[in-house]
Amino acid sequence: MHKIDNEVMLKIEHIDVFHGTFQALWDVSIEVRKGEMLALIGANTSGKTTLLDTISGLLHPARGRIEFQGVDISRMDPYEIVSLGITQVPEGRCIFPEMTVIDNLVIGSYCGAARKRKDENLKKVFEHFPKLKERQKQVAKTLSGGEQQMLAIGRGLMSDPKLMLIDEMSLGLAPIVIDEIFKALKSIKEKGITILFVEQNVKRTLQEAERAYILENGRVALSGTTEELREEDKVKKAYFGVEVCET
Amino acid sequence: MIYGGDIITPILMGIMLGGLYALIALGLSLVFGVMRLINLAHGDFVVMGSYIGYALMRNFGIDPILGLIISIPVMFVLGFFIQKYLMGRAFAIASEIPLIIAFGISLIIQNAHQIIWTPLSRALNTPYSHMSFHIGERQFPVSYLLDFVAGILIMLFLRWFLKRTYLGMAITAASQDKRVAQLMGINTGRVYGYAFAIAMVSAAIAGVFLGMTFPFTPTSGISFLTIAFGTVVIGGLGSMLGTFIGGIILGVVQTIGGYLFGPASQMLLVYIIVLVILAIRPQGLFGK
Ligand SMILES: Nc1ncnc2c1ncn2[C@@H]1O[C@H](COP(=O)(O)OP(=O)(O)O)[C@@H](O)[C@H]1O
Ligand SMILES: [Mg+2]
Repeated sequence: MHKIDNEVMLKIEHIDVFHGTFQALWDVSIEVRKGEMLALIGANTSGKTTLLDTISGLLHPARGRIEFQGVDISRMDPYEIVSLGITQVPEGRCIFPEMTVIDNLVIGSYCGAARKRKDENLKKVFEHFPKLKERQKQVAKTLSGGEQQMLAIGRGLMSDPKLMLIDEMSLGLAPIVIDEIFKALKSIKEKGITILFVEQNVKRTLQEAERAYILENGRVALSGTTEELREEDKVKKAYFGVEVCET
Repeated sequence: MIYGGDIITPILMGIMLGGLYALIALGLSLVFGVMRLINLAHGDFVVMGSYIGYALMRNFGIDPILGLIISIPVMFVLGFFIQKYLMGRAFAIASEIPLIIAFGISLIIQNAHQIIWTPLSRALNTPYSHMSFHIGERQFPVSYLLDFVAGILIMLFLRWFLKRTYLGMAITAASQDKRVAQLMGINTGRVYGYAFAIAMVSAAIAGVFLGMTFPFTPTSGISFLTIAFGTVVIGGLGSMLGTFIGGIILGVVQTIGGYLFGPASQMLLVYIIVLVILAIRPQGLFGK
């Protein structure tokens, strides 16, 4: 286990977020600490993607604020947020299917300072995902699901992020592929990039992350270190099917 | 057009003319591919390019092709602001509103041209556009050759630009998936502005070559919009190479139609082909 630097990098304070008139997040507060691997767990429609989209600036909170390294980003546009160093790897990969692997990666370095570091970052991406190097000339849609996910993460890395948001990367992937990607994420984290990832699979996530927040119906139901959460009765009951005796 | 002799002459004429049609259609195709907007004012922008060339030539004696040095930046800036302050805002309200705005712009441009230039027909007469050149025994106007060369060059440039530059890739990305483009740090509002601006530049260029090939009036835009539609229907919207080949096919069909059925019905064959393609392959021959 790595020592966690306690400096708060991203501070979400009491946000309410709406899709039109439908309220998807209720008074959500979350802290992401520098250098950590933080998980956000929640069932389908609990508001995980909504939360990531609000951090990324695709949605704006109706109430509350989001601060990244001391800067209020809650009203900023997505491109401003990317240039501050927050990247999102969207749910369902969303690579550009008709573009080649290399072009998908290059487009990831669109923002400001990342362009100058394109070649350097490309080298790093290929170190994390050697398969992408072999397939760089291929059209992205010809990659397997796992490779597409690697490409989506690699594309995110090309923006030179300080904080990486990853939405349900394991969806539809074989366990062995998920292992491989988690291994890569660990080494990305070792390089100093903070990771906030979203998953539905509780058991797996509690093994991989250091801390986690559990979202239920748009509210934070529980949070803590993953050791704490594994021992939490509510978690055992709800997610591991363990009956807990009330004494 | 009346052709004597064999069918080879109209085919060659059609291929060269197709370069002009492609040139006219590229901007329409680009704007549709990126913003899903059928820009009803595109033909009028082309004619605007012709009139700017005409004004520069008549008032300052500037060659219309050289005059592009002036008209390109003007049209670029105009396009950027039309997208940013009119279309962009209209898209935020509802997706059909920009179509109505484009129609409004079309009417405004036509009327402005009527007021400034009167309904008389004009042409960009240069010393070279009326010269002719030979392919074997056959003789063709130089303007047709210029049309073809310009069409190929602009198509190749746009292809390169969309694939190989950051801005071009951003335009492509925003056209494929706006949400993801935003997540890549692309300012999609600005990128749409540039796409519209580039379409306007292509219209300015098309206008000059058009004006050297055919006479034009303030209302010519409609017929060139129709031709651009036909080109894009044949080639497929959003693909630059497809649009170019669509232009060539349209040009050849038109000249062969003229050869077989006489000039009065030369467009008839074009519209039949367009309808047939719409029915059996609505995405166009090269569309995805
Ligand atoms: N664009 C949208 N318009 C309306 N409601 C939406 C939209 N996107 C998500 N929602 C609703 O917001 C809630 C949270 O969705 P989401 O954040 O996608 O959940 P998750 O990612 O946890 O599955 C769901 O009830 C969903 O139906
Ligand atoms: Mg989701």
